[in-house]
Amino acid sequence: MSLLPFDLPTIWAFIVAFAVFAYVVLDGFDLGVALLFPFCPERRDRDVMMNSVAPVWDGNETWLVLGGGGLFAAFPLAYAVLMPALYAPLIAMLLGLVLRGVAFEFRWRTERARPVWDIAFTGGSLVAALGQGIALGAVLQGVSVSGRAYAGGWWDWLSAFSLLTGAAVVCGYALLGATWLVMKTGGELQIRAQRLARPFALATLGFIVTVSLATPFLEEAYWQRWFAWPGIVLTVPVPLAVAGVALFLLRSLADAHDYKPFVLSLMLFFLCFVGLGVSIWPNIVPGRISIWQAAAPDESQVFVLVGTAILIPIILTYTAYAYWVFRGKVDPEHGYH
Amino acid sequence: MAHLDAVLLARAQFAFTMGFHIVFPAFSIGLASYLAVLEGLWLATGRQVYLDLFKYWLKIFAVGFAMGVVSGVVMSYQFGTNWSVFSDKAGPVVGPLMAYEVMSAFFLEAGFLGVMLFGMGRVGKVLHYLATLLVAAGTLFSAFWILTVNSWMQTPAGYATNAQGQFVPADWWQIVFSPSFPYRFVHMVLAAYLTTGLVIGAVGAWHLLRGRRDQEGVRVMFGMAMGLVLVVAPLQIFAGDAHGLNTLEHQPAKVMAMEGHFESHPNGAPLVLFGLPDQDAATVRYKVEVPKLSSLILKHSLDAPLAGLDSVPRANWPPVPVVFWSFRIMVGLGFLMLGLGLFGLVARLKGKLADWRPLHLYALSMGPAGFVAVLAGWTTTEVGRQPFTVYGVLRTADSVSPLGAPAVAGSLAAFAAIYLAVFAAGVFYILRLMSALPHLGESGPSPAEPVRTAGLAPGPAITPGHGLQPGE
Repeated sequence: MSLLPFDLPTIWAFIVAFAVFAYVVLDGFDLGVALLFPFCPERRDRDVMMNSVAPVWDGNETWLVLGGGGLFAAFPLAYAVLMPALYAPLIAMLLGLVLRGVAFEFRWRTERARPVWDIAFTGGSLVAALGQGIALGAVLQGVSVSGRAYAGGWWDWLSAFSLLTGAAVVCGYALLGATWLVMKTGGELQIRAQRLARPFALATLGFIVTVSLATPFLEEAYWQRWFAWPGIVLTVPVPLAVAGVALFLLRSLADAHDYKPFVLSLMLFFLCFVGLGVSIWPNIVPGRISIWQAAAPDESQVFVLVGTAILIPIILTYTAYAYWVFRGKVDPEHGYH
Repeated sequence: MAHLDAVLLARAQFAFTMGFHIVFPAFSIGLASYLAVLEGLWLATGRQVYLDLFKYWLKIFAVGFAMGVVSGVVMSYQFGTNWSVFSDKAGPVVGPLMAYEVMSAFFLEAGFLGVMLFGMGRVGKVLHYLATLLVAAGTLFSAFWILTVNSWMQTPAGYATNAQGQFVPADWWQIVFSPSFPYRFVHMVLAAYLTTGLVIGAVGAWHLLRGRRDQEGVRVMFGMAMGLVLVVAPLQIFAGDAHGLNTLEHQPAKVMAMEGHFESHPNGAPLVLFGLPDQDAATVRYKVEVPKLSSLILKHSLDAPLAGLDSVPRANWPPVPVVFWSFRIMVGLGFLMLGLGLFGLVARLKGKLADWRPLHLYALSMGPAGFVAVLAGWTTTEVGRQPFTVYGVLRTADSVSPLGAPAVAGSLAAFAAIYLAVFAAGVFYILRLMSALPHLGESGPSPAEPVRTAGLAPGPAITPGHGLQPGE
């Protein structure tokens, strides 16, 4: 039917997945740094921690808008079903992001109210991370669909499983934040971050195992996908790779290495993301709606693809440039100068 | 009935989050262009005062832009969370337009704004000016795309309907340039310029009232703002009139509500200046009207017939009192802006621009007028589109998410509580920045504060020694 030599919904599924993954790891370490504020009560440490993510956080957060916008443009049906299904956790996440976003700016504009904005920074980040994790669990456990609309109630997202994934994401972000600080700071703060990274790494691995064990029992389809031929060819390498990366991660932490723990934590996230993709593909609402059912017409997908193909590489170049400019350790005396 | 309540709550939530959001882009669009003008004047003339003003307003721009970003992220999810049926049905048409809006905003944010805030010390004058120009262009691109979405919802064109009941694109050119788009775009961009001009004028007036006419920056700022208001206010009245005629052609019921015309007038319709519209009784009580003037304005003929809401089924009536009053607030403020521009002209001709206290008091009191007019204007056009989301083809009641009233009410309360706290603090910090005088080196760099690549710029990115003034 299509005049195009490739499948547009598949391309768009990968673009949206890329945007979501970029968001998760990039904003993941920003949020994670904020989650570690309670472990670092000194003002000076907090200044350095915030400075380490300040140059990049809002570029990072924009991937969330692109993920949502891409979903709306390319898969409007999925957007229309998932958003009401995830109503409460998403609204909580958005409000959390508002609080932590303005905290970046407001914290420096006041002496008196600084503790308030510190709380907003950590609290907002915690709510956002928890909301994202709960939303993930709620999608995985399945949402009820009738016709072209969400058919469940507004508390359906709440379950033991979604709380588990919520805690898992919070823990994983804290790991990203801690290993980011190991990479970006020195002295006492770096040592403290190293001490924090190890328990968060172990806890994150524990969560990965628990969530992985629970997932096949959610839906028959996951069980089939994971343990039946030929799905098993795809699913077996993922846990093996996770185990390998986990070992390297723990060893790099024990060796007090600078950047390896962060890179290995990113790889851990990537593998989990691949695992999720393998479990869900080719659906976009697990067990209910496939990417082809949800896809907007070719005319819509092509129209946005043209701009995306031009703008995303430029955006990525700029992002890389920004990270390059701010490479190296944060200097606690002079900010970045 | 429960469904209707959920619809009303969802509308209230969208209006609330959108109302908070729109004031920041409205300010950013104008301010970005103003910054480009200031830097251009500095490069052309080499006068220090333009550079000082540039740095002064850049700080304020950064805070406003940040609040626009955080409230904008919310908007990209509001469509799905509260208007999921609309998202499904209209997604193939408006989704791509919104994706372009996101990408152009993203592009600007991740890239050129960073360069703009880095300062000239790192990239050189020409490249820096290019970045400033691109930021200004980027804000206009953002406005362009989001207004294509809104205009298509007001005056849908270039679409077909598929078997699933979705609107699908048939002609992108017609979709992007739908009948009301050119008018809406011009009207909104002029509104943003006026809003910013009035804020700048009010800040200048404030410092003049406090006796700081010795400061060149204050005088230049005030003079430029009064000039802008003088030129743009009449243009805006003209553009608004053209927009109104376009609305009469495509959305006559909205104009009937704006005019308070419940009855048809076959022999020339009066212009209702004031009155109390009563939707149930279908009449305007206590009205003060000028005979035949409405026909003259809308049809350019005293005796031209004008249809009223009695020619429209009641089920398709917008809420008349809201549209009637928000329209009058907008128009009233527009004429007050024109008055300020003329007052400023007289003062300028007499060489008293920096001396006339009544002018300064007038300008100061008009500081928030642009924001109020923008909100009133959007209320007119959005409430006037009711009871449809896509005018004439998709009803609001059929667009809403399948959510109970408690869910929507609960989230609305949470938005209200957090937005009011956060934005009150933000406005407080912006006002504090504005209450400082624009002069060189007013705030020394604080070593603890960060430089940012994008979005947010505290002092160091733009103060001497770290940014625009290499070598200090």
